[in-house]
Amino acid sequence: MVQGPLRVDFLTVLADWISDPARWTGATGIPNRLLQHLGYSVGATLIAAAIALPLGIWLGHTGRYGNLAIQITNVGRAVPTLVLILLLFALWPFNVAVIFAALVALAVPPILANAYVGIRQVDPEVRDAALGMGMRGTQLLREIEIPVAIPLIMSGVRTSAVQIVATAGLAAFVGFGGLGRLVIDGVAKGFRGTARGLPEVVWGAVLIAALAVLTELLLARVQRAVTPRGLRRQATPASEIPSASTT
Amino acid sequence: MIDWAWIGRHTDDIWSATREHLVLTALPVLLGLILAVPLGILATRTPRLATPVLAVSGVLYTIPALAMFVFMIPFTGLTVTSAVIALTIYTLIVLVRATIDGLASVPRDVREAAEAMGYRPAARLLRVELPLALPVLIAGIRIATVSTIGLVAIGVIINVGGLGRLVYSLGFQRNFFMTPIWTGLALIVALSVVADLALIAVERRLTPWSRGR
Repeated sequence: MVQGPLRVDFLTVLADWISDPARWTGATGIPNRLLQHLGYSVGATLIAAAIALPLGIWLGHTGRYGNLAIQITNVGRAVPTLVLILLLFALWPFNVAVIFAALVALAVPPILANAYVGIRQVDPEVRDAALGMGMRGTQLLREIEIPVAIPLIMSGVRTSAVQIVATAGLAAFVGFGGLGRLVIDGVAKGFRGTARGLPEVVWGAVLIAALAVLTELLLARVQRAVTPRGLRRQATPASEIPSASTT
Repeated sequence: MIDWAWIGRHTDDIWSATREHLVLTALPVLLGLILAVPLGILATRTPRLATPVLAVSGVLYTIPALAMFVFMIPFTGLTVTSAVIALTIYTLIVLVRATIDGLASVPRDVREAAEAMGYRPAARLLRVELPLALPVLIAGIRIATVSTIGLVAIGVIINVGGLGRLVYSLGFQRNFFMTPIWTGLALIVALSVVADLALIAVERRLTPWSRGR
């Protein structure tokens, strides 16, 4: 533990730790941890989107069973991801699919709910106009409903991706890498004196947080880019209460 | 699959872990509420403050829980205090937004009517605006409570108690002994559901005018 207030020598210790060349090479180096972290995150986000987007859009398009699906996924949100990882790992030891399964379970509810709500919220007059123009079924979905719902759909993907990046650190709990490894290893080394586990813990935490913020910023740009031009000037809802935790 | 005899022998452990989990949830939610409501009111009164407050809380919310817990270690060590501070930061974020949104949800004509009836700003806030903001505020408290119940489990990394300890120390670390894992999971889900239902009941109590609608 640092005695008293944070002192300059603590910052020096932090700088020394990260500038050590040994941190930047090999299996335990930061680049490899970052790659593992990104692998879990990108993989889980893609799987979650592949499951939740078609389902949410279809439920929104038909308007049936939507609330039921959202209720079911909401109950699932009460299960903390760490507990889910520990449970699945105990059932299937040393299987990396456990990490993907837990992260996908975390990410499906926001994507599903936003896709469903996005499609449902398409202005009925817009839909009627499209029907009046002779559009039907998939054409209505492809040319009207999905483009109009894109901002909400993408904000669900963004929420989920940020949560996944933030949560993928838990993979290290069960011996899989990722940036969480730095935090876990540092805690295991203890904190007596600044030179021991502390710099590792702090850098691990900073890197995960930075990656989460970067993901948020990047996907916010993607969201803008895929929004049809006519919808861009419309303000997005000013303050959305975050819908779930970064468990 | 479940060793019921183990549960019978360890009711004390299970009970104390549940109690710790409740305290580690209730404290951050209450502290967050005490800090968030004045902050939210302030941000609503001075619109110049609202944007920075929301921006800062948005950034704080992206900080992973794992990181938030360990950020506290240099200051407060591997203690319950660290966990409570970290969890309070999360509840604060949700509750400040809920307060701002709640106050914004009060219809303008209601506010003007209250003013015309001679309410001074403080009285108008206490007797008209805050009560009408309650549904949105309580929706925020529900989100904060249920997510905190989940986040407490991550506290095992800094060795605070709660049901995470039951799952991790008594189950996972003892050769994947499933009984405490399932027990902890079931109790966490049960706590979330009960807390959510209790808060819905509180809302119905506090907003009798919205009943029957």
